[in-house]
Amino acid sequence: MNFGPQHPAAHGVLRLVMELDGEVIERIDPHIGLLHRATEKLAESKPFNQSIGYMDRLDYVSMMCNEHAYVMAIEKLLGVSPPIRAQYIRVMFDEITRILNHLLWLGAHGLDIGAMTVFLYCFREREDLMDCYEAASGARMHATYYRPGGVYRDLPDTMPQYEPSKFRSKGKLADLNATRQGSLLDFIWAFTERFPGCVDDYETLLTENRIWKQRTVDIAIVPPETALARGFTGAMLRGSGIEWDLRKKQPYEVYDKLDFDIPVGTNGDCYDRYLCRVEEMRQSNRIVRQCVEWLRSNPGPVMIDDAKLIAPRRETMKRDMESLIHHFKLFTEGYCVKEGEVYAAVEAPKGEFGIYLISDGANKPYRLKIRAPGFAHLSALDAMCRGHMLADVVAVIGTQDIVFGEVDR
Amino acid sequence: MASLTELSRAVENLLGDTVLDSVQSRGEMTIVVDAGLIVDVCTALRDNTDTCFEQLIDLCGVDYSTYGEQDPPRAWQGARYAVVYHLLSVQHNHRLRVKAFLNDDMPMVASVIDVWPCADWFEREAFDLFGIVFEGHPDLRRLLTDYGFIGHPFRKDFPLSGYVEMRYDVEKGRVVYEPVSIEPRTLVPRVIREDSFGHRDP
Repeated sequence: MNFGPQHPAAHGVLRLVMELDGEVIERIDPHIGLLHRATEKLAESKPFNQSIGYMDRLDYVSMMCNEHAYVMAIEKLLGVSPPIRAQYIRVMFDEITRILNHLLWLGAHGLDIGAMTVFLYCFREREDLMDCYEAASGARMHATYYRPGGVYRDLPDTMPQYEPSKFRSKGKLADLNATRQGSLLDFIWAFTERFPGCVDDYETLLTENRIWKQRTVDIAIVPPETALARGFTGAMLRGSGIEWDLRKKQPYEVYDKLDFDIPVGTNGDCYDRYLCRVEEMRQSNRIVRQCVEWLRSNPGPVMIDDAKLIAPRRETMKRDMESLIHHFKLFTEGYCVKEGEVYAAVEAPKGEFGIYLISDGANKPYRLKIRAPGFAHLSALDAMCRGHMLADVVAVIGTQDIVFGEVDR
Repeated sequence: MASLTELSRAVENLLGDTVLDSVQSRGEMTIVVDAGLIVDVCTALRDNTDTCFEQLIDLCGVDYSTYGEQDPPRAWQGARYAVVYHLLSVQHNHRLRVKAFLNDDMPMVASVIDVWPCADWFEREAFDLFGIVFEGHPDLRRLLTDYGFIGHPFRKDFPLSGYVEMRYDVEKGRVVYEPVSIEPRTLVPRVIREDSFGHRDP
């Protein structure tokens, strides 16, 4: 039987060719590549900085985490490290991204297996986080905010506000703008105050829900050995009971200075992975709060001071010949990195997102390989679904948290 | 994270002369092995208690044919293709990069699908994009490119804009393929600056 490529439960463009015995799955052959854009090849034809935007479009629900892996790889090749404030900003936005991703995952997963309300709740909170993206970078999704050497600009002091409109009463407008009176950090702080309550709401809807449990408990059990051999990372691995998180085990940026816990499952079924991700949202909330506190009391630069790498300020460029030359060279040629190869990985919401970068010393990558967590997870779909019912395929696709931007690249 | 010296000692004890080259840079370790021995090397690296690489994190092909091209003294002399394996040990918390170079005309290497089942799609991808044949892979089909695609797009001699473009033909009532109508162009030339340019100390 054919499933997809256009199916609401396929989370994108996935075509499955399935062999069934009645309603029981005997074999699944996923056909992917319908969203293949050759990002890696495109990146080879562009200077390093011009590919940051492509990274957003890989896993288009955890945008900044992808950028993070890419800029980390470049920084590793260059041998530079961003200022501490930029590291905190990155970590804060990584965790905001994780919440964004898990909210979409929870909503879509719920919708797939029969829970409508949670989707609406999740998107309500997503809206606020998208506004944080917008306030920091100017874009609601594809931020291109991280740069080798730091982040594009410091966090804004004011939060954009809703404008009066004839469709909105004064009282409604005041409610909408209530948390937007201060800076972006105040807005994020207000969000983290109420977010644990929102997660409680989702849990009331799902965690002890009989239908939810019937659809997820004991579905697609992955033993820990299989999870390792299949290349699982992230919540897929932790759901099987392996305590592995790059943020703890191979900490990058300032994760080693922050206090958070890693939730681990016991059975390795869809329900455990659900519980893991929900707990991860609470932990991310904790990390965001710690970052906000630090960022409030520690102003400083958010970019390294390196004229060969960072574009000069507009005003110096207008006055200073050398800055003008640097500006020109940076935007026409980019910068050359040292010869070598690196692999940089971050704990993206879906698992280990890695960038393998080979440079021959030129201003463009020689080879860029994107290690997408979803790719390894989807390749195990066949093994996870065998013997299950047809309706469970949707639950398994949901639990894998598949996004085709990163699977197909 | 376990230290690189420990890891390199463990790898040296385990593999000995099989390692053709071993490099440590930027906190990462790379070993180069003979392509013919890849399955033995991988099995040993997985099963040995000191290395214990339970996970194949990534597998990819590399085409080295234009490496360092603007800079003749550093231009690539070795074999054209390489297969790169990124291994991760969850138990010891270390990573290792294993490289195997393949000869030019018919790049072929044994499949590691029996060592790590997740190699399945990674190898299909490398076959699709680079034309590297993985011997012993049970189902080596194209993965990412279109049905009926010709060529291996990530090879350096494959143009960025490809050879064919696709459109819906109203008269024929179906999708047709035609030679590409856009000229290949380079917006930013590739340059390699001398080492001292913009030099920074790590």
